[in-house]
Amino acid sequence: MNAIEVQNLSKQYGDVRAVNNISFAAPPGTTMGLLGGNGAGKTTTIAMMLGLLIPTSGRISVLGHDMAKDRFTALARMNFSSPYVALPSRLTVRENMKVYGHLYNVNGVDRRIAELARELDLGAILDRPAGQLSAGQKTRVALAKALINRPEVLLLDEPTASLDPDTGDMVRTWLEQYRAESGCTILLASHNMAEVERLCAHVVMLKKGEVVDRGSPDNLLLRYGRKDMEDVFLDIARDRRQAVPA
Amino acid sequence: MKAMFRRIWGLMYRHLALYRRSWPRLLELGYWPVLNMCIWGFTSSFLQARMGNPAVMAGATLLGGVLLWEVTLRSQMGMSISFLEEMWSRNLGHVFVSPLRPFELVLALIGMSIIRMMLGVIPAILLAWAFYAFNLFAVGPVLILFFMNLMIMGWAVALGVVSLVLRHGTGAEPLAWAFLFGLAPFSAVFYPVSVLPAFIRPFSYALPATHVFEGMRAALLDGVIRWDHLAAAFALNMVWLAGAALLFTRQFHAARVSGALISIGE
Repeated sequence: MNAIEVQNLSKQYGDVRAVNNISFAAPPGTTMGLLGGNGAGKTTTIAMMLGLLIPTSGRISVLGHDMAKDRFTALARMNFSSPYVALPSRLTVRENMKVYGHLYNVNGVDRRIAELARELDLGAILDRPAGQLSAGQKTRVALAKALINRPEVLLLDEPTASLDPDTGDMVRTWLEQYRAESGCTILLASHNMAEVERLCAHVVMLKKGEVVDRGSPDNLLLRYGRKDMEDVFLDIARDRRQAVPA
Repeated sequence: MKAMFRRIWGLMYRHLALYRRSWPRLLELGYWPVLNMCIWGFTSSFLQARMGNPAVMAGATLLGGVLLWEVTLRSQMGMSISFLEEMWSRNLGHVFVSPLRPFELVLALIGMSIIRMMLGVIPAILLAWAFYAFNLFAVGPVLILFFMNLMIMGWAVALGVVSLVLRHGTGAEPLAWAFLFGLAPFSAVFYPVSVLPAFIRPFSYALPATHVFEGMRAALLDGVIRWDHLAAAFALNMVWLAGAALLFTRQFHAARVSGALISIGE
């Protein structure tokens, strides 16, 4: 059984078709990249996967739960991080983590906070209000919030945006370790192609709400005759070069 | 069940932590009720000094009206503003993708509404007792039923406001402050329904608060408990609450269809 299954998913806003009949699946324990330029439909797809948005048609299943009928059971076993969704700025990092520890019914929440603080280097900022953190610290805190319930499926929207190269690398290493140890399935939306190449086993390329290509980063590099994913991304975004059929 | 209570507590903890960290917010809870009590307390004292005994009972109903209206107002604002706090902090995206069910969100907001109302109204009740010799508790145990009815009406209005904010975003935000004030003239807070023009009375009697205030006057002036008014208030509250719950369910669904939950607060 796939951890994530998206079948014939579409979302229409009036005359605009934001997502058009896309399908993809992620086996358990893998990291899948959801790539595309601005307006490609990544955020809309993630919002539908989280139950924030009801699809016009199609079906989403996460960990075997149909998101249209049983989304709360799935939501308890998954989590989400985006630098574009804030945490209450007047609450300290510890208080924010406690709130989400309770919302996700985490056992031993104080112990879990201490674990995450150690692993994501948050010890020095645990008792600082979230609003006083730097952009990089906020991103790490958002990631810690996303890991509070030891999710089996993790949706990450640009998880290393605004991190310096050193911290970004630390977070990527940590995500790789977490996936390897927990068997978590990760869906990653990112504009950082080096990150995608490093983390993702499989990539789905979106453009104007449609899947325009897919495959492993190695496979895409080979078919587009490119040395890095940045060029593959540009080829697809700008219709510069056609891939060799898979 | 334990998980449900934990989720509700999680959201309440978020607001309690906010109040612990922000004394202006805490002060604001009691500020308006106390200020209102001062204004109407002095007005009542002035009337008693000028008019003698007849004004004593009028003053008592006036102060009772002020205090009980604050119960409705603070319950409504306590719930709406707790929701708006989530929106202002752009945190709703995280809340709505957590396992917290919409009805649990509503129960957490009701919990916060009760706490905020108590913190706001109790100082005003004590002020009325200490400075204006008005003891609201003299009404007797029926006061609990008055409180309950007024709180439920406040929650119904708040749920309606939250529903509209969910659907229409920050554009509907002023309703959190304005809506209940618009009902005050028809709720018989300071005067009986008989004072109102005949064509307005049916509308007035459709408001749960009207029956509570008619009941309060009967208890204070005549020492009579008007169970008919209390029953009417409870029945109307059930209708109001059911209507608000229906509106909330529909608007929440509509917001999930239109994508309003993604952009709420922006």
